[in-house]
Amino acid sequence: MNDFFLSVGSSPHIKNRQTTQNIMADVLIALSPAVLMALIYFKLPALWLLAACIGVAVLSEYLWNYFMKLPQTVGDLSAVVTGALLALNLSPLTPFWAGAIGSFFAIIIVKMLFGGIGHNFVNPALAARAFLMASWPVQMTTFPGLDAKTGATQLASLKLGNPLPYTSMQLFLGHNGGCLGEVSALALLIGAAYLLIRRVIRWEVPVIFILSTGILTTAFSKQGFMQGDFLLQILSGGLILGACFMANDYTTSPMTRKGKIIYALGCGFMTFVIRSIGGYPEGVSYSILLMNLLVPLLDRWTIPKTFGEEKQHGKKDVKQSA
Amino acid sequence: MLKAVKRFHGGIHPPTNKSTENHESVEIPAPDRVVIPMRQHIGAECIPTVAKGDHVDVGQVIGESDAALSVPIHASVSGMVEAVRPAPSASGEHIMSVVIKSDGKQTLSPNLAPVTTSDPAEMIKAVRASGIVGLGGAGFPTHFKLTPPPGDHFDVLLINGAECEPYITSDFREMIENPRNVIKGIELVLTMTGIKHAIIGIEDNKQAAIDRLIKAAEDRPAIDVMRLHTRYPQGGEKQLIYAATGRKVGMGKLPSAVGVLVLSVNTVSAIATYFLTGMPLVRRRVTIAGDAIRQEKNVWVPVGISLQKVFEFCGGFQAPPFAVIMGGPMMGVAQFSPENTILKQTNAVLVFSQKSVNTIPESACIRCGRCVEACPMNLLPFEMNQLIRHGRYDEAVELNLLNCIECGCCSYVCPASRYLVQSFRFGKAKVRQLKSASKLKADAEMALKAKGLDDNSKEGIKA
Repeated sequence: MNDFFLSVGSSPHIKNRQTTQNIMADVLIALSPAVLMALIYFKLPALWLLAACIGVAVLSEYLWNYFMKLPQTVGDLSAVVTGALLALNLSPLTPFWAGAIGSFFAIIIVKMLFGGIGHNFVNPALAARAFLMASWPVQMTTFPGLDAKTGATQLASLKLGNPLPYTSMQLFLGHNGGCLGEVSALALLIGAAYLLIRRVIRWEVPVIFILSTGILTTAFSKQGFMQGDFLLQILSGGLILGACFMANDYTTSPMTRKGKIIYALGCGFMTFVIRSIGGYPEGVSYSILLMNLLVPLLDRWTIPKTFGEEKQHGKKDVKQSA
Repeated sequence: MLKAVKRFHGGIHPPTNKSTENHESVEIPAPDRVVIPMRQHIGAECIPTVAKGDHVDVGQVIGESDAALSVPIHASVSGMVEAVRPAPSASGEHIMSVVIKSDGKQTLSPNLAPVTTSDPAEMIKAVRASGIVGLGGAGFPTHFKLTPPPGDHFDVLLINGAECEPYITSDFREMIENPRNVIKGIELVLTMTGIKHAIIGIEDNKQAAIDRLIKAAEDRPAIDVMRLHTRYPQGGEKQLIYAATGRKVGMGKLPSAVGVLVLSVNTVSAIATYFLTGMPLVRRRVTIAGDAIRQEKNVWVPVGISLQKVFEFCGGFQAPPFAVIMGGPMMGVAQFSPENTILKQTNAVLVFSQKSVNTIPESACIRCGRCVEACPMNLLPFEMNQLIRHGRYDEAVELNLLNCIECGCCSYVCPASRYLVQSFRFGKAKVRQLKSASKLKADAEMALKAKGLDDNSKEGIKA
């Protein structure tokens, strides 16, 4: 009866089933409706772009770990998520090599050089998008249009005061302007609802981000106070994609509830500033990147009071309650 | 019946796995040998009062100490003292132990007599003599808790019947099988402490126990039963006090600071048993469960019985045992040998196969914040973990590392399976070590100064 070895470890001896890998798998499941819509509307170019982004992201991380003699981490699926998010943030007219370069930049420069998963200080996919935007601005801002080969996006038209190409209903259900991930707000919201139900994300960041952007742009629009189109603002561009899938990226968003609220308000405010005052029609990715940089500070400002230390006078309480 | 007043932050809902809740307690036959360590409680170690070759009866004192924070230890079987020697104990240390070879007769010590005094001070002395310690797992001498430190006074007696750890049903079975004994114990404690009001806190997934105790306490207006939410760590002392009274025990403070005395169900019941029969704490109910043991059981075992004997009584293993846990799966201590013995405060022994134990190696923290949400003490586990790993203990202390109760919620929910609790234990030990080192250094410098020695001679002393 004694011929066995007992394993001795620190408590707790049990753990729930959640792993980094199945969180990332949940995110991929949540992205699938949006990916599906992109494939339906943009067909082959979307497929190539997705394949290039995801493929290069995974390959970069694999090779980095291989050559740096680090434990292999591609199994956690986070590179797949980064690749997919980058592709969803690109126009279907983006050449696939640009997507590949972006993926390489996201994984190697933004993620692995800083220590891999959990250590990047900005969202890798968004940083890569900004990098591509700065490097190939023409290719990156060419979007497919309704009839002609290329056309203006909803927000660009709004900015220039041109007639709007799409109705809000089209923006909600599906249309073919903008990035891969901006085809249908509904598809994104289904994915976000899935993440909320699975408790992968919390409601604070997406809801506050979307509402604050919508309210601010509506309230202070060019047409006058409270004259903006709320629905148009929240449904167009990358707001829903950014708020539901990018802004609440674990690593680059605050840890505490209070921090998350401040962070989301900041994202909303920055988006409003860029959309209304800046020269660029879209503002979600830059506002998230800017707020990413403030996360360490927000975390420091919002350290919660530990149990029992909220009030310093334990004894006073007793006298009151006794 | 009362309802919980407050809801504590965080906490988790692990599968309760109370598979033994309907297993009526059975008595294990006296083993041929028991090994009884002289320290099973928090406090001073007892000095053996018997020697090799002595005959002992059940309930006879075999170890005693003069220290206030200590309780005597009694023989759990009758027979002959085979050896008095250090033996490995459940905590991993070698502790002086009395080995008794049983004669199988279980003759009772002739000195055992019911306690008849009604003088509070005498009653508390009797509790010390009974050898009773906190039976919920901590092993803190109960008599010591009954007298509040100077300046504090009790106004509520809180009976911990939460039993929030998965698998364990030791308290639950006591409430089902001996509800009157529990009530009797509560009344005794109320008498000896002068407290006017007692609350028995029970998680709402133990309705049967709630019903039994409400019935048993029917005509006792001073005793209320309270329904608590089922959430780990509901039975954590600070969480329990908060849920039941709305009072918060500060960092490093005792429950007495907010006027509450917390005792577990089995502890008060053991007090009643001692007062009614004179039988000190020599046996206890242990839940034997887990997927590797053949028959899960609630067993009355004599203190000092080896785990091996208990496993044999439970039909041996049905799967290769991978880990044996003394206590619950969240806070229990993994045992290194089946030769280890059951102590007074052992409420469960869990035998797990490999698939039931978390063996996932840790990976990088993804800052998901689940540990922050789960922490019942409202700490930042991920951050303290990072600081401790980098040796920045002071900064971890600033984040209130010392308020961590090691409940394990953070590690339980961590998707990266980070060794969070483990690092906090390490960090706390390190902080204690640094503190005593710096105190030693300060003391030494004081002594040197007093002697008028300068720095050069100090070097000399060091060398």
